[in-house]
Amino acid sequence: MASAAAIRDDQDLDSFRAEVREWLEANFPASLRGKDNAMATIEGPAQPSADELAWQRAIGEKGWGVPTWPKQYGGGGLGRAEARVLGEEMARIGAHNPIGGMGVMMFGPTLLEYGTEAQKQQHIPPICRGEIRWCQGYSEPNAGSDLAALQCRAEDRGDHFLVNGQKTWTSGGQWADWCFALVRTDTTRKHEGISFLLIDMKSPGVEVKPIRLISGQSPFAETFFTDVQVPKENLVGPLNGGWSIGKRLLQHERSSLSGGSSSTRPRGAEDRSLGELAKHYLGADAEGRVSDGELRAKIARHEMEARAFSLTLRRAALEVRGNQGPSAATSIMKNVGAKVTQDRAELAIEVMGMNGLGWEGEGFSDKELATTRQWLWGKAVSIYGGSTEIQNNIVAKRILGLPDPKPGAA
Amino acid sequence: MAVLNEEQTMLRDMAREWVQNEQPITAFRAVRDAGTAEGYDRDAYRTVAEMGWTGVIVPEAHGGSQFGYLSAGLVMEELGRNLVASPLGATTAAAGALALGGSEAQQAAWLPRLAGGEVVGTLAVDEGPHHDPDKVEATAARDGDGYVLNGTKSFVPEGDSAHLFLVLARADGERAFFLVPGDAAAITRARRKMADGRSHAEVRFEGVRLPADAKLGGEALVDPVLDRARSLVAAEMLGMAGQAFETTVDYLKTRVQFGQPIGAFQALQHRAAKMFAEIELMRSAVEAALEAIDAGRSDLAETASLAKAVANETLNLVSREMVQLHGGVGMTDEYDAGLYLKRARVLENQWGSAGFHRDRFAKLNGY
Repeated sequence: MASAAAIRDDQDLDSFRAEVREWLEANFPASLRGKDNAMATIEGPAQPSADELAWQRAIGEKGWGVPTWPKQYGGGGLGRAEARVLGEEMARIGAHNPIGGMGVMMFGPTLLEYGTEAQKQQHIPPICRGEIRWCQGYSEPNAGSDLAALQCRAEDRGDHFLVNGQKTWTSGGQWADWCFALVRTDTTRKHEGISFLLIDMKSPGVEVKPIRLISGQSPFAETFFTDVQVPKENLVGPLNGGWSIGKRLLQHERSSLSGGSSSTRPRGAEDRSLGELAKHYLGADAEGRVSDGELRAKIARHEMEARAFSLTLRRAALEVRGNQGPSAATSIMKNVGAKVTQDRAELAIEVMGMNGLGWEGEGFSDKELATTRQWLWGKAVSIYGGSTEIQNNIVAKRILGLPDPKPGAA
Repeated sequence: MAVLNEEQTMLRDMAREWVQNEQPITAFRAVRDAGTAEGYDRDAYRTVAEMGWTGVIVPEAHGGSQFGYLSAGLVMEELGRNLVASPLGATTAAAGALALGGSEAQQAAWLPRLAGGEVVGTLAVDEGPHHDPDKVEATAARDGDGYVLNGTKSFVPEGDSAHLFLVLARADGERAFFLVPGDAAAITRARRKMADGRSHAEVRFEGVRLPADAKLGGEALVDPVLDRARSLVAAEMLGMAGQAFETTVDYLKTRVQFGQPIGAFQALQHRAAKMFAEIELMRSAVEAALEAIDAGRSDLAETASLAKAVANETLNLVSREMVQLHGGVGMTDEYDAGLYLKRARVLENQWGSAGFHRDRFAKLNGY
């Protein structure tokens, strides 16, 4: 039996839904239906059309690109239930959210939590409007899984920090306006010698070199800092207190990455199910069974795992909403999500055979070529944002309470 | 490792030395980045021929050394280690077909040139994205005292540069390989740029007129020819798996994180140990297939399917692990992991997926 309060909430949501529909009707250009910008983070920003610009401006002004962020900094100020309604209504008409990237997924939530009032006023509104691109300056050549081994120095020079060192895997470094970086401010301590610093990428002494990936794309860069002057007010949190902020940000990263496939789906990629693809490339018997029995079983096994994964995502969300505290299941999301994404990509190229291994040029459809690139790009999912091995260490240590093999090991 | 005789040991050592000294992976990268349709280095192939590797399975009477398939596999394995871009595998498979089913005149006309490296040969079998020799629709219709060949072959290895095709087609109520010189006017080639950066082409045969003796044997020759090609490609894959594994183990020993080489972590040690075991099994299966060819054994079909299925599974695992265990740098084009991964998947598809060969293995064993 629904309570009176719940019924009232439902009525409020209904009127909010009507408001959303009306607003979308007035502001979402029909020409953009079904288009998304999922590949912008991998292939770089494309030149936006007039409609795309208008849509970005409209949703940016409204704050609905970041619906749950506080209104005072340009967010939507919506509750979870309202945000869900907004998401449903946008999905219903095929409207994508053009406000995204690392600023939205990772940096913004972290700055809202740890930033000063002045830092929030400066940096959050442009993220809400999609005007500023942020990149992540975490990893270094010798600090990958062992991130706290980072060596990029920020020396205190009175009114500014002087930054020297190298970052790698700077996502979108070549397109970014600003970088949130972990830097070493104390060389005598490991974790407690790290600070969280905001660096303007236009500063003199910043050099960016794109990294070419096995998929042919260059979504990451090496970033070199040579005597880069960074104002003191760009320090987030306390000096030498950056590690916990940096880790908090990684939690945002991992929760946004566990969605896996949807966030890395290339433009024009295959949207048919593996079963449909298999029928197309391998044929089916009179009853519609994929003719290659072994591949059919492999597809079913994969689809079942994917289904179990999405049920787990749903259960975790319900448990959080039901105030049962964070679900233990959240710790497995990144790894299972990565596996599901990669298995799907391997199965897709297996189903397509040689057609799933095209690189460019004649003889392959756009979808086939996108499938090859997606398969190769997907290999990163189990490496970035904390590799599968590191995630398993976390589960073993923190969830299962298993002991370390020896001091200092992960 | 199979017990090798003195000739085989010398051959392997020579191939190993040449590949390690003259054909580092940067040589493959140079070919890839040059982006030519033929997709191999002519000077390097001339050297391959001068060393006699193009004639390893060719009878002595026709200019070869007749060492056999185990020996040819040794060379392919070494080439595979550094991803050497060479038409040797395709040419050896074509020479094998001729040596099995060619007339004396055909053998005399073509084998010395294949063995001498002047002619690149290849098998043209499949007509879709999956290996399926039962589904061949190309036809060689009787025409006077010869045949007229029509059909389209997809993903023909070295299809852009081949001077000689052995085309699987239907004729006289059966399937047979047809000997088709590459300079025939009614042949068109369309390059297919694939992830492995090697040469592949779609080849169309539109009304190619052939003499009666262009037909090599008949149905009975189809599987033996394909099983030779499968065994050779499995040998190349064995070399790739071995090198991919060794490069990965080296990385585990040298990459330091958390104050120690990552190879000190037991979870990674066990994955390396598992790959080591799989590669040992792969070697046994591949060598058994090559030996079965040399010994003329009647269970070649089953043995070749075993070799290709095991090779596919093992190289798939090792190439995946190579990227993952290299971490971030494994994702970069600068490191070699991606090169092995991409070539691996193409060869896994060539001459039959693991599923194809498991199905065939089961059929051959009556279940």
